[in-house]
Amino acid sequence: MNLRRDVFQALADPTRRAILLLVASHSMTAGAIASNFDTARPTVSKHLQILTECELLEQHQNGREMYYSINAKKMKEVADFIEPFRAMWDDRFNKLETLMKNYKPGQ
Amino acid sequence: MAEDGKQELVITREFELPVSLLFKAYTEADLVAQWMGTKVLKLENKKHGSWQFETADAQGNVVFQSHGVIHELVPNRKITRTFEMENTPGSAIRFEAQLEFLEFDHLTDDTSKLTMHIVYRSVALRDQMLRLPFAQGINMAHNRLQDIVRQLN
Repeated sequence: MNLRRDVFQALADPTRRAILLLVASHSMTAGAIASNFDTARPTVSKHLQILTECELLEQHQNGREMYYSINAKKMKEVADFIEPFRAMWDDRFNKLETLMKNYKPGQ
Repeated sequence: MAEDGKQELVITREFELPVSLLFKAYTEADLVAQWMGTKVLKLENKKHGSWQFETADAQGNVVFQSHGVIHELVPNRKITRTFEMENTPGSAIRFEAQLEFLEFDHLTDDTSKLTMHIVYRSVALRDQMLRLPFAQGINMAHNRLQDIVRQLN
């Protein structure tokens, strides 16, 4: 498995998550994205490449400019993948709360 | 929160429970058994104490065993412990010990907050644990399907 293309590995980086948040509302060029970060432009390009490789971002050409936008379908896939883990803990904690609300000392 | 490419995970939850009751749910074996849905073979709530759980499916087959040691225990405040899933011989998934910092915070007299800070040996092991319930869900669905198919034969 190529770790760099692993979607979880891609999401583990805070700059990459910030990029996803940026383009969540509208598509942007690499330059516009980079202007939001102090990081060097090639570093941002590398992040964009990784996000595109694992399909979290989509590229589309508009004239001479390349725009990046979020791939909502892929994002949902990832959310669905982690959902059972979240649901498992949510379920356990709900049980804990109900159990202890009914707890009588000395029981 | 799974952050920073670090091999860590932070789970937080607020409860409509006084912190003493939240803590009790973690330290009384029969209570742990009920909300975790596991058999508690051993739970020694003290420094250098150890714990051992065994989880079975609806048919009574042991699905997994887990164990660890208690490193620190401050009543109503903190539990530091290790957690390790017992490895199944021949299974493709290998588990390693993880370190868990459980902090119990008093919010109001009737509410409290739990923060679970888990440190894994590697990012890959953390991600494996994150995906485990997904994989188990697939397996369970698969087993159910097998049961149905068997009944059809």
